[in-house]
Amino acid sequence: MDQQQYQQIEDKITPPTPYLKNIIKAFLIGGLICTIGHAITYFYIIFFDFTETTVGNPTAATMVFLAMLLTGFGLYRKLGQVAGAGSAVPVTGFGNAVVSAAIEHKTEGLVLGVGGNIFKLAGSVIVFGVASAFFVALIKLILVSMGVVEW
Amino acid sequence: MIFIDFLLAFVIGGLICVIGQLLMDVGKLTPAHTLSTLVVAGSILAGLGWYEPLIDLAGAGATIPITSFGNALTSGAIAEAEKHGWVGVLTGMFEVTSSGISSAIVFGFIAALIFKPKGKVN
Amino acid sequence: MVILFNTKPSIIACGSVAGPLEKKSVFYSYFDSVVEDERWNQQTNEQGHAMMIQEACKIIMKKANITNNLDIDYFLSGDLVNQMTPTNFAARELAISFIGMFSACATSVSSLIVASLLTELGASKYAIAGSSSQHNSIERQFRYPIDYGGQKPETAQWTVTAAGYALVGKHQPNLPSIVAGTIGKVVDYGEVNPFHMGGAMAPAAFDTIQSHLKKRNQKISDYDVIMTGDLGKIGLKILKAMFAQTGAKQEELEIFRDAGAEFYGEDKSFQSGASGAGCSASVYYSYMEQQLKTGRYKRVLLCATGALLSPLSFQQGESIPCTAHAVEITVE
Repeated sequence: MDQQQYQQIEDKITPPTPYLKNIIKAFLIGGLICTIGHAITYFYIIFFDFTETTVGNPTAATMVFLAMLLTGFGLYRKLGQVAGAGSAVPVTGFGNAVVSAAIEHKTEGLVLGVGGNIFKLAGSVIVFGVASAFFVALIKLILVSMGVVEW
Repeated sequence: MIFIDFLLAFVIGGLICVIGQLLMDVGKLTPAHTLSTLVVAGSILAGLGWYEPLIDLAGAGATIPITSFGNALTSGAIAEAEKHGWVGVLTGMFEVTSSGISSAIVFGFIAALIFKPKGKVN
Repeated sequence: MVILFNTKPSIIACGSVAGPLEKKSVFYSYFDSVVEDERWNQQTNEQGHAMMIQEACKIIMKKANITNNLDIDYFLSGDLVNQMTPTNFAARELAISFIGMFSACATSVSSLIVASLLTELGASKYAIAGSSSQHNSIERQFRYPIDYGGQKPETAQWTVTAAGYALVGKHQPNLPSIVAGTIGKVVDYGEVNPFHMGGAMAPAAFDTIQSHLKKRNQKISDYDVIMTGDLGKIGLKILKAMFAQTGAKQEELEIFRDAGAEFYGEDKSFQSGASGAGCSASVYYSYMEQQLKTGRYKRVLLCATGALLSPLSFQQGESIPCTAHAVEITVE
């Protein structure tokens, strides 16, 4: 049996990815997490003196705090199995990636273990966020100085 | 119209997650690749000036997904570039966003002090 | 190449231990010991992993009435953690001549083959062979942190917390005896998905089983059961489909079983079933030994499969090379 024949057998037997089911679950749970975030923004606007533009920061921090609790009690993992991108894409997923790595590497000590591994999973998000921001802003600056676009 | 407001947050936030799910399922990307792609997408949208209107529309539906992280970094860099030119591109990035990263570090550290990894199913 | 053991070394005694989650296993009642704390009351998962190995060996010695570690000539074992430190650390405590063996999840059988060879050679009176895995330490090694919320597909498998070890000695009638073994080649049919180990490993199992049957001039039906290691539910189906294509009949396909596919029963939360070096080891060296001892099975082929990947090789875009080793065990 060669590789191609095997591939056919394997593809026939391997259950297909449940695309629609995954999409619906990601939509509902992702939407729900954002709705909770939305409620938190109202909370900060009404009870503290945050404005629509500044409220993003305390909201993100609160969501990450909630993610920490869920991660620590082993609940975010279960949520992730059901929700897929629905729980990975919101900032809580970023928090989960950081917190889970921190907990995991505790046994190697606070400096080399926690400190060295805390961005093991989430680090790529920061790297690509910063790098892409640099290039986008640079391109914009060039285009503006050429007079193609305005700020 | 607070109901519409929340509904928009739900729908837009949900749709961004659906894009992530498609990247994972159809594009066969790992979660790290998916999130990195979305962050870059957020940066580009910010560069085009399209992300701010999305936030005005959806509120947390646009600020909670990781795409907003790219948007915040880029908006910061662009705002500083506008004021200070070339140097601003580098210095402006973390002007707007820092809470996601700083809170993740702080809470991650605290969690490491409190919790132990558990290998339980269900 | 098939190895024939003319002196038919016997499995004198077996020891198996498992973690708390393995209470859900259909083989639960066959395990010698189940511990409530997956870390075995140690500080780290890796220390718990090593304790689990020591405990399985202690159980064997008790069963075989061996009081002195020095009476055991060899300890042949492996696990999946980097450089196999849990096994190395357990060997430090056991103080028995030791070779660490790595065939990933196929170590349960590769170690048994080497133990049988040493016995056949007359170099060993008693040798302990087997392998183990501890869920938490293996998951962090190969995948994500335990509490990371990633989505696993239906083809994924759950690494067991379990250890299984066998004491191999000179032939004794009425005990399961090793008559032949096949050391497998490394087979790679290009599977790259680390969440589809069954699909990666099935060709290796197919290759080893077929080669064993051919060299031994046997049919599938010469066996009461052919049990693979941890192909999982989907991997086992693939293996059966491969044999079906070579002309195996339905009743012959019924002979194939898989420890990983059966381990957690029909519980969907374990996806395709169990995996890990402790999966095949804990089933072979508890359930299977007892089935042979009680005479329910007279001749079995145990074919443990192993995926020889690392997170590094996966990230560098390599496909997953796999191996499978088989032993033929009979009882008179």
